[in-house]
Amino acid sequence: MDLSLADEQKQLQDAAERFVRDKYAFENRRKIAATEKGFLPENWAQMAELGWLGMSFSEADGGYGGGAIETMIVMEQFGKGLVLEPFLPTVVLGGGMIAAAGSAAQKQALLAPMIEGKKQFAFAWLERQSRYNLADVSLKAEKSGSGYTLSGHKGVVYNAASADDIIVLARTAGGAREENGLTLFVVDGKAKGLTRRDYPTQDALRASELTFDKVSVGADTVLGSVDGAHPVVEDAVDRAIVALCAEATGCMDAINAATLEYIKTRKQFGVPIGKFQVLQHRMVDCFTNAQEARSMTLMATLKIDDKDAVVRRKAASGAKVQIGKSGKFCGQSAVQMHGGMGVTDELSVSHYFKRLTMIDLMFGNQQHHLTRYSNLAMAA
Amino acid sequence: MDLAFTPEELKFAEEVRAFVKANLPADVCDKVKNGKHLGRDDYMRWQQALGKKGWLVYTWPKKYGGPGFTPAERYIFENICAEEYAPGIIPFGTKMVGPVIYTFGSDEQKQKYLPAIRESTVWWCQGYSEPGSGSDLASLRTRAEKNGDHYIVNGSKTWNTMGHWADWIFCLVRTDPKAKSQEGISFLLIDMKTPGITVKPIIMMDGGHEVNEVFFDNVKVPVANLVGKENEGWTCAKFLLANERLGIAAVPQSKRGVEALKEIARAETDNGKPLIANQGFAEKIADLEIQVTALEFTELRVLSQMAHGGQPGPEVSGLKIRGSEIQQRITELTLEAVGEYSAPYLPGLLWQGTNEAPVGPDYAHLAAPRYFNTRKTTIYGGSNEIQKGIISKMVLGL
Amino acid sequence: MDLVLKPAHREFAEEVRAFTRANLSPATREKTFSGKHYGRDDHVVWQQALGKKGWLPYTWPKKYGGPGFDVTQRFLFENVLAEEGAPRIIPFGVKMVGPVIYTFGNDEQKERFLPGIRSSEVQWCQGYSEPGAGSDLANLRTRAIRDGGHYIVNGQKTWTSFAHWADWIFCLVRTSPDAKPQEGISFLLIDMKTPGITVRPIIMVDGAHHVNDVFFDNVKVPAANLIGKENEGWTCAKFLLANERLGIAEVPASKRGVRSLWQLNDDPSLKEKIADVDLQVQALEMSELRALSTMQLGGAPGPEASILKVRGSEIQQRIAELAMEAVGEYAAPYQPDMLFRDTNETPVGPDHAPPAAPRYFNMRKTTIYGGSTEIQKNIVSKAILGL
Ligand SMILES: Cc1cc2nc3c(=O)[nH]c(=O)nc-3n(C[C@H](O)[C@H](O)[C@H](O)COP(=O)(O)OP(=O)(O)OC[C@H]3O[C@@H](n4cnc5c(N)ncnc54)[C@H](O)[C@@H]3O)c2cc1C
Ligand SMILES: Cc1cc2nc3c(=O)[nH]c(=O)nc-3n(C[C@H](O)[C@H](O)[C@H](O)COP(=O)(O)OP(=O)(O)OC[C@H]3O[C@@H](n4cnc5c(N)ncnc54)[C@H](O)[C@@H]3O)c2cc1C
Ligand SMILES: Cc1cc2nc3c(=O)[nH]c(=O)nc-3n(C[C@H](O)[C@H](O)[C@H](O)COP(=O)(O)OP(=O)(O)OC[C@H]3O[C@@H](n4cnc5c(N)ncnc54)[C@H](O)[C@@H]3O)c2cc1C
Repeated sequence: MDLSLADEQKQLQDAAERFVRDKYAFENRRKIAATEKGFLPENWAQMAELGWLGMSFSEADGGYGGGAIETMIVMEQFGKGLVLEPFLPTVVLGGGMIAAAGSAAQKQALLAPMIEGKKQFAFAWLERQSRYNLADVSLKAEKSGSGYTLSGHKGVVYNAASADDIIVLARTAGGAREENGLTLFVVDGKAKGLTRRDYPTQDALRASELTFDKVSVGADTVLGSVDGAHPVVEDAVDRAIVALCAEATGCMDAINAATLEYIKTRKQFGVPIGKFQVLQHRMVDCFTNAQEARSMTLMATLKIDDKDAVVRRKAASGAKVQIGKSGKFCGQSAVQMHGGMGVTDELSVSHYFKRLTMIDLMFGNQQHHLTRYSNLAMAA
Repeated sequence: MDLAFTPEELKFAEEVRAFVKANLPADVCDKVKNGKHLGRDDYMRWQQALGKKGWLVYTWPKKYGGPGFTPAERYIFENICAEEYAPGIIPFGTKMVGPVIYTFGSDEQKQKYLPAIRESTVWWCQGYSEPGSGSDLASLRTRAEKNGDHYIVNGSKTWNTMGHWADWIFCLVRTDPKAKSQEGISFLLIDMKTPGITVKPIIMMDGGHEVNEVFFDNVKVPVANLVGKENEGWTCAKFLLANERLGIAAVPQSKRGVEALKEIARAETDNGKPLIANQGFAEKIADLEIQVTALEFTELRVLSQMAHGGQPGPEVSGLKIRGSEIQQRITELTLEAVGEYSAPYLPGLLWQGTNEAPVGPDYAHLAAPRYFNTRKTTIYGGSNEIQKGIISKMVLGL
Repeated sequence: MDLVLKPAHREFAEEVRAFTRANLSPATREKTFSGKHYGRDDHVVWQQALGKKGWLPYTWPKKYGGPGFDVTQRFLFENVLAEEGAPRIIPFGVKMVGPVIYTFGNDEQKERFLPGIRSSEVQWCQGYSEPGAGSDLANLRTRAIRDGGHYIVNGQKTWTSFAHWADWIFCLVRTSPDAKPQEGISFLLIDMKTPGITVRPIIMVDGAHHVNDVFFDNVKVPAANLIGKENEGWTCAKFLLANERLGIAEVPASKRGVRSLWQLNDDPSLKEKIADVDLQVQALEMSELRALSTMQLGGAPGPEASILKVRGSEIQQRIAELAMEAVGEYAAPYQPDMLFRDTNETPVGPDHAPPAAPRYFNMRKTTIYGGSTEIQKNIVSKAILGL
């Protein structure tokens, strides 16, 4: 048991911290969010150059042999700066699923260029009715000739507009909400029959609604086994959850720091408002919440590679519950302690608050993961 | 003590319902029903209809043109308006400056200002807060210096809700900078068209524009616009704050909000079933509904005290605290119900009312902005921390 | 960074488990799992067994007779003990006065007092609080006046846990009434058998007798029992409070509590509440491990330990609350004999029902003692956040 970072990991942390400091001053971020893509291709290229896009993949897969800890380190810094580059959909989700389930040829064709910064991905699983059930998928992929035809709808697909390839979860067999019968396809973002409606999200990311109207794909686009995608997706999503938790931890550190600074400087009744005990205690509760979030994120990061699937799932769900709870507490408290300034668009706090809010809703909110955790714990 | 309505009260309820159905513009009703943002004209058309009927100033005494509702009638009126999806009455004229004028103003002032408030032909806004004076309102610094029969006003106000729609603003200004902070303040009515006034928008975190900064640069205000005595404006301010806290509990709106939430929870799916069948979620709604009921009965108790001659006192702060938390909780659960489909940010649909199609159901795009925006309810009208400070001092004697 | 145990640590854990199974009396163990109150012997016999093995002062450095556990061993030791149903180690000797003595005491004092603490031959209690000095400890007024080679002590301590079992008490006393409140305080060790000391029980909300008033009436204490310098006792007090806060998180016992909640739960509506507290315990444990890991790298437990105390105490309360909720209306019958005495009375409801409500009531203390939650937050807000 050892909870300290190795030297290379500390260097990675420093580099990520520097990146955020240099590129993501608050007003800078506003500008980046307003660009056409909603992120900067030059930042993406720099991430590739720094080796971040490949750090969590094995050397055999063309990566640099790191893992979940490295992802945690950069995601936490990204959270501090509210970084907009699509690291989560491309590297953690897309890259993660290709590494886990892809053939040698797919890794060659997809993972290698992704690591070089030349390919981006999006992961399309959610449908209108799905809520947080990864098996509640009805977009159909029907066998046709040697390939498949995809028809149906996918919603809130992050980074779809910039993605070269979209990894689509489709139903090849089985009824509604059956875990068996799901298959992953790697679909060209410009495939015929695929239409997009793009929009910004509440927290300044980009996402799209996708409509598949008889999109034909070859058999070689199947990622992993036909009908057997569910466990791959569940694992990938659990990893994404842990990465999101790290991002949220960074957001909480930043929002707490900003609030602490504010209540030390904002004066009312002739004193800094941080002299009032209600605010002091609330601020302490914010820090306690952030500490707990950090602890649970660390726990989940260290358990997400466990051989036992129940251990992995409980770890991811447990951390997500904590992040939901702590993120809401820190976010709402920060706004409240800023008074009127907290509800405006002007300061960074409201932007951290919005991101923390949306993180809770992604891949299952606090309630969902509490239920999932308790079911797993009861079964054990 | 009795919870049942008398036959007269039931008849009154029918009259209100019929009136609302006949006079609430359908497009406005639709907007409220669907949680959309209202424009100035939307509020005005409805308030003017109420004004014609004599109901807009439903909290005013008969003497000043109020309908003289009993507490039960007030309760019925507010609830039916909410049930029928009428917009909330903008409080600045009817609930704030109006009562100040009829309580502290001169006869000329009553004649000049009250009719337009009763009929909603003039839009008022509130100029209390300043950048350096939020919770500590008495530290305000906007200066008004007497110069013959005018005051010359210099300074800035902030957080003016709907100041960009307003014809008039009522302001707290400092007329005696040497007096103790509460003692040098006066209550002044200012025409927004007076030269020297600039209004600058503040954008909220949901992207909306509802509040403003208002700058005063040598603005000439007739001395006749002073309400009450010079340097005694704090009395008006305190009186008004108590009134403001009562309305702010927004119980009828919250009851409506809970119903809307349930409807959304019925429309959303969770594992193939309506979300409302999810036990955890259903319990959260139940908990919320119980809170609303408790608040409603507390408010009824306060109204009944007032019917027996009492004034709303510091215990009203308790209503604001719980009311604002409940409003927030409604939006929090609505957001939870909508889930990932709340992510799309559609400013056109949200602010300009374009006919852009929503992503997912129509209510989805409103959920997150509402949740973000409603964080304001525990801050404005005296933050909850300040309200608790007041209760602990005034009610508990701490 | 990893959570994997090295083989040597796994073996160590097994050794602790085997030792506990061989040396913990089954009757004591049974009391732990059924929620009954321990008697003095339950604690003392067990602590003496640990003492013989050299494990009782498990947090002490080797130099003073500690076993020299590393952070992981400490963690495993505490957890295995809790899992096996051992009563918690009474902190007053081992975790409180012992470290004060080896840090601030002179050589004679170390030789005289440390062995009895290591072996648990001598039981200690803590005399800090007074009727007028709770949260505001520095307001204490128990007077010690120097008279030749002795101090004459007069005054009253209160809330003194286990004073009725104790051989010695360590006290904060006022030696200079004119100085600023913190500056006139000294740290004094007093033999409970000294004439002039009276102990009076305080009965707790659940009917238990744990705490006492202790009265001092012209009690003669040798000046050699002064730890550190006269009027510098506040330094010892603060040092000790930080130590106290760390142990007080009680994570291993809470883990045990959560395990039994999962077992007695047959009500599906409770399961998410249990899951929630289960996760709170995990977060606290990870936070404690992170703090221990910093300590391993040379840091001392600082004010951030306050946070652990706050959360740890809330969690203990929550577990007790859920255990009572699980019992439902059968929590109502009050059966004191089943709590405090060996009896063959049978429970009115299920076996786990009789202690449920008393425990819930009793656990309210955890956010009050050792510095209340409010005081802890004041400390963090000042010392960490700089407010
Ligand atoms: C997604 C969603 C869907 C919904 N769907 C429905 C639905 O279908 N049906 C339904 O009935 N309801 C619905 N609701 C709830 C409903 O929108 C609200 O109850 C309703 O909009 C309240 O509107 P109002 O005009 O009464 O506003 P009010 O609360 O009266 O406020 C009007 C304006 O005045 C400002 N204001 C008020 N008091 C003060 C003060 N003291 N100081 C400063 N400013 C002040 C406010 O900020 C606001 O801008 C929905 C809510 C959401 C989030
Ligand atoms: C949407 C919106 C609409 C508004 N509309 C109007 C309007 O139309 N007209 C108008 O005049 N004003 C309006 N206000 C202003 C509103 O009344 C102030 O925002 C409010 O009084 C708080 O002041 P502040 O924002 O300066 O916060 P601050 O006073 O700086 O407070 C910051 C934080 O410190 C806390 N705090 C401050 N003092 C204490 C204390 N003594 N004890 C404990 N905690 C304390 C507060 O509770 C808050 O959490 C509006 C505000 C908002 C957000
Ligand atoms: C079961 C039990 C065992 C104990 N064992 C021992 C023991 O062995 N030895 C010993 O010396 N003491 C012991 N104590 C005493 C314990 O440390 C004190 O009870 C504690 O310090 C609180 O003091 P008090 O009870 O006088 O409460 P008070 O200090 O009177 O506090 C009352 C309330 O006011 C709050 N409060 C006080 N000051 C502030 C402030 N500045 N800001 C905000 N809130 C504040 C407190 O948090 C609390 O909620 C024990 C107590 C209990 C309940």
